[in-house]
Amino acid sequence: MAIAEQQTSSQAGPGSGDGSWHSIVLQTLKRNEISLIPYVPDRVLTPLIKNLHADPFFTTFATAREEEAVGIVSGAWMGGRRGAVLMQTSGFATLANTLASLAVPYQIPLIMFVSERGTLGEFNYGQSLVCRTMRPVLDSLALEHHTITRLDELEFITDRSIKQAVTTQAPVALILNPLLTGGKTFDK
Amino acid sequence: MDTRNTKVMNRFDVTKRLIAKLKHEEAVIGGIGNTNFDLWAAGHRPQNFYMLGSMGLAFPIALGVALAQPDRRVFALEGDGSLLMQLGALSTIAALKPKNLIMIVMDNGIYQITGAQPTPAAGVADLVAIALASGLTNSAWAADEADFERLVDEAMSADEPSLIALRIDDKPGVGTTRRDPVQIRERFMHGLGVREPL
Repeated sequence: MAIAEQQTSSQAGPGSGDGSWHSIVLQTLKRNEISLIPYVPDRVLTPLIKNLHADPFFTTFATAREEEAVGIVSGAWMGGRRGAVLMQTSGFATLANTLASLAVPYQIPLIMFVSERGTLGEFNYGQSLVCRTMRPVLDSLALEHHTITRLDELEFITDRSIKQAVTTQAPVALILNPLLTGGKTFDK
Repeated sequence: MDTRNTKVMNRFDVTKRLIAKLKHEEAVIGGIGNTNFDLWAAGHRPQNFYMLGSMGLAFPIALGVALAQPDRRVFALEGDGSLLMQLGALSTIAALKPKNLIMIVMDNGIYQITGAQPTPAAGVADLVAIALASGLTNSAWAADEADFERLVDEAMSADEPSLIALRIDDKPGVGTTRRDPVQIRERFMHGLGVREPL
């Protein structure tokens, strides 16, 4: 668990792939030895999920609910293996009890990537409503969270946030905004 | 339902029987409420983890431990009401097939701790049948205490995940877990050899 002593690189090293957002996320996970990736899928996350499945470094699998994925990476952390959960905004909305009764009080560095729906061109009213609950929930638990909008900031925010989560033993939510990913639009 | 020939057992008694069998620092995850109260009352072990919320996550947490430490057997103790909250986890576990994971379901058909209200599954659904249909082929009801011990012995050397369900009575848990989540987590990590104490 001596990740804190490792160097904090703000440069995407060789093997960073094609420079796409999902390639940067994958490489940053790998560099931080995060190998267990349970997820509930999202259209925008599809290229990331596909590439994670294709890379034998990662154990990548779908769960039925986001809570389940949080339980799995929490257990894995206690067993000495790092994980991260991938989900959509609406999935995050199912997590308040799990965050408040497991990740936060037990001081588990839960790393969450949330593909943000509900803003910047949302076509489903329910998605736009549930999106508005996400940051108030994060703020009410005083959880670290960042909304990533720029490709040139992605690697820095992700790498630093993972290291901070681990060293401070606190959850973090990295919100992947449509400005970064392109989001999901009605014609897709 | 396939439970009519199974004896009604006692949670604390069968928990003690299970703990007595653990000789290799096996991890044990106790689900919320009575399940972990009886785990606590059976005698604290460094490899015990006690949930204080997140109802339904005993099996997912145990799955995470099992994936992190494939050479260690990992037990999870869960109540029927808790399992009903997270039935999808059975399929996740069936898909991943961690051979070192052993799931134990304590089924009294009630939410004992909240006032003994019947669960929606009571008298209607068969949790072992659900587990089998979820892909957990090594799932069985324990007929009595001796059968439970036999099933645990089998599960210890199984090459696939195991689920053992028991019918239990309506008694409350015997002890009360000390509600100190940080210490519970930290000591569990020491017990699993992940960290050394300061």
